Amino acid sequence: MAQFTLIQAINDAMRLALERDPGVVILGEDVGKNGGVFRATEGLWERFGDDRVIDTPLAEAGIVGTAIGMAVNGLRPIVEIQFLGFAYPGFEQIVSHAARLRTRTQGMFPAAMVIRAPYGGGIRAPELHSDSTEALFVHTPGLKVVVPSTPYDAKGLLLAAISDPDPVLFLEPMKLYRAVREEVPEEAYEVPIGQARVVREGEDVTLLAWGAMVPVAIAAAEEWTQKGVSCEVIDVRSLYPLDEETLVASVKKTGRAVIVHEAPRTAGVGAELAALLQEQAFLWLEAPIARVTGYDVPVPMFALEDAFRPDAYRVSEAVRQVIAF
Amino acid sequence: MLRQIEKVGIQYIQPDGTLTPEGEVAWKPIERPLKIEFYKWMRKIRLFDQRSIILQRQGRIGTYAPLQGQEAAQVGSTLSLNREDWIFPSYREHGVAMIAGMPLKQILLYWMGRVEGCRPPEGVKLFPPSVPIATQIPHAAGAAWASKLKGEPSVAVAYFGDGATSEGDFHEGLNFAGVFRLPVIFFCQNNQYAISVPFSRQTATETVAEKAAAYAIRGVRVDGNDVLAVYTVMKEAVKRARTGEGATLIEAVTYRHGAHTTADDAGRYREQEEAREWVELRDPLKRYRRLLEAEGLWSEAEERDWEACCKQEIEEAVCEAESAKAPPASHLFAHVFADLPPSLVRQRESLLRQEEGR
Ligand SMILES: Cc1ncc(C[n+]2csc(CCOP(=O)(O)OP(=O)(O)O)c2C)c(N)n1
Repeated sequence: MAQFTLIQAINDAMRLALERDPGVVILGEDVGKNGGVFRATEGLWERFGDDRVIDTPLAEAGIVGTAIGMAVNGLRPIVEIQFLGFAYPGFEQIVSHAARLRTRTQGMFPAAMVIRAPYGGGIRAPELHSDSTEALFVHTPGLKVVVPSTPYDAKGLLLAAISDPDPVLFLEPMKLYRAVREEVPEEAYEVPIGQARVVREGEDVTLLAWGAMVPVAIAAAEEWTQKGVSCEVIDVRSLYPLDEETLVASVKKTGRAVIVHEAPRTAGVGAELAALLQEQAFLWLEAPIARVTGYDVPVPMFALEDAFRPDAYRVSEAVRQVIAF
Repeated sequence: MLRQIEKVGIQYIQPDGTLTPEGEVAWKPIERPLKIEFYKWMRKIRLFDQRSIILQRQGRIGTYAPLQGQEAAQVGSTLSLNREDWIFPSYREHGVAMIAGMPLKQILLYWMGRVEGCRPPEGVKLFPPSVPIATQIPHAAGAAWASKLKGEPSVAVAYFGDGATSEGDFHEGLNFAGVFRLPVIFFCQNNQYAISVPFSRQTATETVAEKAAAYAIRGVRVDGNDVLAVYTVMKEAVKRARTGEGATLIEAVTYRHGAHTTADDAGRYREQEEAREWVELRDPLKRYRRLLEAEGLWSEAEERDWEACCKQEIEEAVCEAESAKAPPASHLFAHVFADLPPSLVRQRESLLRQEEGR
């Protein structure tokens, strides 16, 4: 089996998709000759040509909008938005059209497409490149939102997204692009959308995280395990639809939950998870659910990035809090 | 690619440093100190740029967007503005920013990842660099609109690249300017690439300038490596704006010598031959220096003195920026709202407690 980084796994998934289905096309800025600013599409333009891997004009509304037209007319577009923070010019097309076409046409013209976007902080990127605004999209009915945190999941989830009959926003944690290598099967496989991944099992506290916060949660869990507190870590992975069953079962088992995300706190996805657990596991809870999040401030430029992003220390403190309650 | 860009537009100084007949006419009325100032700014800006790239390589600043090759477009255009005029730049306009009155230290702080670097000194109407492409274009139209409604003579300028002309904001900004006859100048530095994507992938038209017609504003294409031509064209656009004749779209044809940013490798998407031609044969500084020297306005000795002077100023700014006190974590909350809502006060307190506990 090949050893892949997360971004190589994404590249491999797209290569397979392009090979298997002549309707698959990739469109975006710098995805062709340049192979993507992060190299996600490296080698694909050379291999599949200018009609399948398409450098577009610099226009997110145009890219998403034309992809919608392609999708309803029989292609399978994969859109690359260069950074999630630059999806906003295309937001109109995502929210008003991609997400609700199925409803508006009563199933006649669904927009089956994937929108890939690097997101999140931790790489000292320039201003506005490090947003984590997944909540905006999770809050959009008709859109699925997934976030892999390992190379294996990246490949399988992306292939699942490509074959999904609905529009899927595929968020790529930049911090993890090259963080680890992992064995990834050569053949095509799918990691089903809508399923969380239990990263490690534990008895006392459940840590819920996604994207680049998964390794942070794992680090905090390890720290507490050494002190005799056993932490279960769950990679939520599919932010919409949520794997309610896995999350609720875990919290019923441990009785305590800490939710970790790097997006701002107010009305973040963590708030939704907390509400869900409160609704479905109230009688099992031994302590109020804790959230460790970014602050309600614009994601800072990198000089203050570390102060903004949750780290293992902050997660540990939250674990302490829910245990001591 | 080169085919599309063969005609660089209005040119007064030829690449060999000689003036065209129209150039002679434009050159004559310009005061001697300004002629020298053109060059001094271009040289200083280039030195700053080269220094910044090294600082990035040494890990002393973050990812940086170089501008080398675009000095004439920036200097020529900005020197035709007044202090009252508004400037809405993108991330590549360090030259514009300096001329507008932004201290070098601030520009460096910005690239050190510090938001303080967005803030100009009192009285400098310079917006922070626009990072999302083209979004500053409607802002410039709006600022110009306000000037018009208030009966003030100031104009507004938006700086952007050729890639920006593909975004909806470009078209919306120009359309407002046309409809409301606004005193605004849209200054496109067509450096022929949006990261890796060539100009031919942004538009099927031959030029950016011709798009002005669709909005009933004036469009001009000028050799962006010719500081005299840029200055003259911009001066004219400013005059028109101030006298109520409306907006102008200026397309300055130029080329970025290096990569898009220090995180980019231009060798992946640009022919070496093409880059060499622009760097060696069409460099805006070389061309202008030849003219100045031929006119007896500049010498090798003056060059040496000026370089030394700039380098010292730049080093001092680097020192100042590097010794600027690190912002405390609570600075995250400093300017989010005029008055911090209670929930944010609580978040700030919890951050301070965390910091103590570490
Ligand atoms: C809305 C938006 N989309 C994508 C990007 C990523 N990006 C940054 S610079 C750039 C190319 C811009 O090219 P151009 O407008 O020609 O300006 P230049 O960099 O050449 O000065 C891209 C695609 C962005 N900053 N904003």
